[in-house]
Order: sequence, then structure tokens, then C-alpha cells
Amino acid sequence: MTTVPRKPFDKSQVWLRTVLLLLTGVTLYTLMQLSAPDLDQKLALMADNFRLMFSESHFKHLTLLEGLYGIAITLSLAIQTTLIGALGALMLGLLAARNLAPHWLTSIIKSFVALIRAIPTILWVLIFAVSAGLGSTAAVIGMTFHTVSYLTKSYSESFEEIEPGVIEALRGCGARWWQIVFQAVLPTSLHPILSWTFIRFEINFLNAVAMGAAAGAGGIGFDLFMAGGHYLDFREVGMITYLIIAVSMILESSSIQLKKRLEL
Amino acid sequence: MELLEIRDVSKIYNRQTVALSNISLNVGEGEFVSIIGPSGAGKSTLLRCINRMIDPSSGAVFFQQNRIDQLPKKKLRQVRTQIGMVFQHYNLVNRLTVFENVLHGRLGYKSTLAGVLGYYDSFERRAAYEILAALGLQEQVFKRCDQLSGGQKQRVGIARALLQRPKMLLCDEPIASLDPSSSKIIMDHLQRISREMKITCLVNLHQVDVAIKYSDRIIGIRNGEVVFDGPPAQITPLIIEQIYGTEAHELILSLETLQPGQKSPVKQSEVAHAAC
Amino acid sequence: MQPVEQTNLFFRQRRWSSLLGFVLIGLLSLGSAWLTEFDSVRAVTSFLKALNWLFTRFHPTVESLAKLPKIGEKMAETILMAITATMMAAGISMVLAIIGSQTTRVNSFFGTISRGLASVLRNVPVIGWALILQFSFGQGMITGLLALLFGTTGYLTRAFIETIDGSSDSSVEALRASGANYLHVIRHAVLPSSLPQMMSWILYMIETNVRDATLVGILTGSGIGFLFELYYKGSYYNHASLIVLVIILVVIGIETLSNQIRRIIL
Repeated sequence: MTTVPRKPFDKSQVWLRTVLLLLTGVTLYTLMQLSAPDLDQKLALMADNFRLMFSESHFKHLTLLEGLYGIAITLSLAIQTTLIGALGALMLGLLAARNLAPHWLTSIIKSFVALIRAIPTILWVLIFAVSAGLGSTAAVIGMTFHTVSYLTKSYSESFEEIEPGVIEALRGCGARWWQIVFQAVLPTSLHPILSWTFIRFEINFLNAVAMGAAAGAGGIGFDLFMAGGHYLDFREVGMITYLIIAVSMILESSSIQLKKRLEL
Repeated sequence: MELLEIRDVSKIYNRQTVALSNISLNVGEGEFVSIIGPSGAGKSTLLRCINRMIDPSSGAVFFQQNRIDQLPKKKLRQVRTQIGMVFQHYNLVNRLTVFENVLHGRLGYKSTLAGVLGYYDSFERRAAYEILAALGLQEQVFKRCDQLSGGQKQRVGIARALLQRPKMLLCDEPIASLDPSSSKIIMDHLQRISREMKITCLVNLHQVDVAIKYSDRIIGIRNGEVVFDGPPAQITPLIIEQIYGTEAHELILSLETLQPGQKSPVKQSEVAHAAC
Repeated sequence: MQPVEQTNLFFRQRRWSSLLGFVLIGLLSLGSAWLTEFDSVRAVTSFLKALNWLFTRFHPTVESLAKLPKIGEKMAETILMAITATMMAAGISMVLAIIGSQTTRVNSFFGTISRGLASVLRNVPVIGWALILQFSFGQGMITGLLALLFGTTGYLTRAFIETIDGSSDSSVEALRASGANYLHVIRHAVLPSSLPQMMSWILYMIETNVRDATLVGILTGSGIGFLFELYYKGSYYNHASLIVLVIILVVIGIETLSNQIRRIIL
């Protein structure tokens, strides 16, 4: 009689299950701690609110034109943040790429960038608002931090994918570092750079909405905050939400299109 | 006149792996020298120690009577402009055009800014065009490199090296990724370059038959040491076995099958004997 | 000579197209600066001023250390909230992803609905959801939790769909060929091959949600965000800086831990 051998000990499986179990446990614990009196009533209220919000949405304190103007401002905030951030990240990305900079420098920049990312965007904005005052300037500076961090990481990874031989060949011709960067590195990674930058632009649009609502940066986010937090008009909130979703979806699909096009 | 002198050069990686040990060589102007040996023998390391893409651990390298193994960065760049390099995988910037890739050969002569902006004067552009035409690439000048075949890419690589106006070409396995007919075109071009332009060619090869056919002189390397240095006529099955060790039998056989008609210095009977 | 003129033309075209690119980017940045009344001079000066302030004034003092227990408590609350929102979202996303994936969908109608829902959920910023949910749940942790849940569900569904499509195509086909029914296929082909990658996404979202929870907390008055807002508004910058330090430690800690776990399970 043959016996089926016992399943061998699979470390990754065991870890996967343990972590999953642990996180589920924490979730259940938190949910039990959460005191939510008459949750069912509130959920019913939520359903009703959602229905009103999205089926009877209207403009009241805002016109469509003003709404579009708000969108334009928010897009502008995102554009500025993305452009400034991309410029900074290009520089840092070159210095963070292991094939272009000495090892000690790349690790310093990579940890610096990780540190920046650890602090939430809103805190960066608020920190800079202390001296710049709440408004678009503080928002752009604050959002630029995460943009630089994100793009530095993605750019440097694209740079690191360049064939080492290409850099070697140019060094062999007697080319200098800057010449190699502009003649080989940037032309080769132009498409991934564009693609990453657009993805970040998409993220920055949503961030700019959030900063408008939470840090007085203006734009559609501020309109949303006024409609929701000040006028308590959820039909208008619904309308503004529609606007945001529309723009965001356009950006998302253009980003996918761009990615497809550039990969050819 | 000696163009290149290598004196007692050694290269040790990570303080333990010996890639080259006490290599000494002299190479004259216009010579066509092939370096053969099994993979991992140190052929690539040797070539790269000459233009210092790799720094030798000890020993001295003289190029045109100047010691170059301890030159500061700026002087080193000047020396590198005199030494062209051709690679197995061509190492072109694929997203740029053939023309731009060839002009990269001028970067070592340029100011940083002119190189960064990609500014080349009309002499350089004319020279680049002429070299491309001489290599039979006049139809491909404005094509992007990723649209070329392997053999065409390698010719672009050679054009880039020639535009440096070098005294010497270092070719690291130039035909290892190519089919036989493209290989022949490339080797013929290299031979013409060395004969007509009097540019010294130092070529790493792993095809012994090709080395015998094209070289003025063959250097055999094994385990980082020179085990043979002489004209192709002196190559015997015994020497091939010295260079390649246990791999030799297959090589000798392929030598026989690939080049049956060629008047090889290796007598057919001897080959058969060695293969037994 | 013919070829040189040809190359002149080539380089001229190159130069014009890159010039055009720079002009476009320049116009874009000028236009957007004009719309938002962005003052670049003021931005630079206030940036430098803020950096100076950051390094000279924005640091914890001995006094602020006394607030550490309070901060720790709120931080723990935030972490719990981030984990809970992520795990609940993961559960929902799993279902949505299985329905929405090309490989495992039941039919194209439900697939489109599922992907559309996910798209709506992730294309409204989390803070938007928080504002909307405030109408029904008022201020507090539940609003924050649900806002994170909405955003995370949108994001994870997309990630899970990509994971399923990327990792289980061939195994699904093999199992279908052997006559397994839909649930068997899910249980024995889809889940085993995509679970590790999904776990990786979950860990990533937990880290993101700790940061987003800070933002949501400021608006809904819960967790570490609320405490930061309190100190910030009261100009207790030393206390606020201690919160920033704690957040840095926690986020980097979670990131390191996640990377360790990823290394084992992937």
C-alpha cells in the first residue's frame, strides 16, 4: 500500500496564512471596539443620502461655469506640482540610479526620499502653511514633496533598467557624465518618464482636490468642502462629485492610452 | 613602432578571483590581433584594462609611449578618444537614429555643453555620413537603431568607433551574436580598417577558424595567462588543446567541419588524430 | 553637398521639436500659475523661510514628551483604523475583482458593473468620501473608517483584477478543462496563484491608509490627524512635531515589516 507523503512545510504559505489571520483578528477586534449606536438607522440614512445626492444633484451656490473654473484651478495646482516635482525628481533620480551615481549617494537619496514619503501630504502642506499661509502656494509646495519622492523612485528605477553596455560604450568614447545623461540615459528612458509623470499627475489631481478641501488651496476641492461642510447641501455635493469623477476618469483613461502608445 | 605595451598587468576581483595574471604584450601599429580563449579566460577583462573601463590591479599599460594606467580622469578621456571600442551587443542607444549614435563617437572631443545639446559641426556630420556610406549604411542613416538587423547595428557600432579617429580598435566578441553571413561582413570590414586605415585591431573571438583566417597574429589566453602568442600558421591542435583544455575536441572538430576547403595550417590528418 | 544638407535639416527639425516641447511646458506652467495666482518669488522665499522654521523651531521638547502616551494612543487608533478599513476593503474587493476580471467573470454585464463601481470609488478622493459620509454619520471614527473603506475598495479592486488576470490565466484553463465547476476553479486555481500578490497589495494599502487616515482624521476629528490639528491650531508646534516623528517611525516601520513579509511570501 502506498502512503501519500505528508505535505512538506511551506514557509511562505505558513507566513501568508499567519499574516492574513493576524490582520483579520485585528480587524474583528477593532470592529467590536467600535461603538456604533443605531448603525442600521444610519446606514439607511446613508443609502437615502446617496440616492438624493446622485439622483437629484444640482448646482445651487455654484454655477456650472464656476464648477468648471474650480476644476481648472485644481488641474492647475496638479500641473504645477507635477512639473516642479518632475524637475526635482529628474535631478534626484539621476543621483539615485545605481548605474549613474556612487553607491553611498544612491542610498542617501533613496532613504531621504523614503523619509519624505512617510509624512502625509497634508502635514507637509500644513507645515509649509505656517510661514506661507494657507493657500495655493503652501499646497503646491507641500504636494511637491510627495511628487518628488514618488517620481525619484520611479525615474531612478527606469534609469537603472538601461543596458549597462550603452553607458560603457559612451564612456569608452570619452564622453562625460552629463553627456551620457543627455545622449543616452534620457533618450532611452523618455517614454517611461512620460508615463510615470502622467500617472503622478493623475494622483496629484485627486490630491489637489483633497488639499482644496482640507487646506484651503481653492479649486473644486474647496467648492466641495463648502457645499458639504458649510451649506450642507448634499445635492450640490453630488454634482461636484460627478464633476470630479468625470475629470478623474478622463485622466485615468488617457493615462492608460498614453501608456499603451508609449510601450509600442 | 609599438603602439601598445602591456607590462605585467594583473587583475584580481574582490581580492580573490584572479582574472588576469602578469600579462605582458606588445602590439604594433596596424596589426590585426585576435585574442582567443575559453569563456571566462579573461579576454574581456584584458581589453577593458587597456582603455581602463576596468582598472588593472597591478602592472603598467603604455599607449603611444605614454603610461595610461594611472592617468587622471581628464587625461584618460583624451586617451579614450584615441581608442575605439566595439561590443558584442553593439551597445547603441536604440531610441536614437543611426546618425546620432555614430556622432556619439565625437563626444570625447566636445565641451560638456555641446555634447549635452548634441551639437555637431558640418565637418563632423560629413565625416559621419562618409563613414556610414563606406560601411554600406547610407540607406539607414536616419532610421532608429531599434529598426536595424544585428549586422547593421554592429556596423553602426564600428562607425561610431571610427568617427573617434582612433589609433586602435578594441573589439569585444564583435560577431558572437551574429549569423555567419553578417559575421563575414563585419570581419571583412575590420580587416579593411586595419589594412587600409592602418588602425590596430585587437579582437576577442571565440571562433578559432575566424581568428586563423583574419589575423596577423593570435594570442591565446587561458586562466588569465598568455599561453600562445604567434602568427596563425603556428597554431596546431596541440596548442588549441593548451588554450582550450577539455573544450578543445569540439573546437577542433568544428574547425574541420566549418572550414573543410580552407587552406588551414592545421593538417587534416593531424586534426583527425587529435579528435580521436 | 547633398548629405550634409540633409543632416542639417534633420538636426533643425530635432531642435525645433524639442524647442516646441519646452515652449508648451513653459506655457502650461505659466498658465496654471496665472490661474492659481501662484507667486513663484513668494513661493521660494516662503519655502526657505519654512525650511528654516522647520529646522529651528519644529522639533519636540522635553515638555512635549509628556504628550507621548496620548499620541501613542491616537496613533494606535489610527493604525487599527487603517488595518480594519484595508481588510474590509480587501474582502469586498476580492468579490468585485472575481466578478470584474476577464478570466473569472460570470458575464460581461456584472463585470462592467463591478469595474465601474470600483472606478467611481477610486476616482473620488478619500476626503470627498469623508465629506459625503459626514452627512450620515457625523464626525467620528466611523466616518473616517468608511471613507477609507470606499477609497481602498476602489483601488484594491483594480489591483486584484490585474493580479488575477496576470497570474491565473493558464491554471484556470487547465482546471476548467478537467471539468471543475466555477467555485472549484476559484478556490483551487485563482486564489492560490494570486493570494501572495494580493497580500502584497494589502500591505501596501495599510501603509497608504495610515497616511490617508491622518488626512481624514483632520476632517472627521478622529485619530492622529485630529490630535495634530488640535496642536497645530493651538500653535503647539513642538507637540505637533512629535506627532510627525511618530508618524515617520510608524510608516517606515510598517514599510520595513511589509517588505520583510513580501520577501517571504512572494
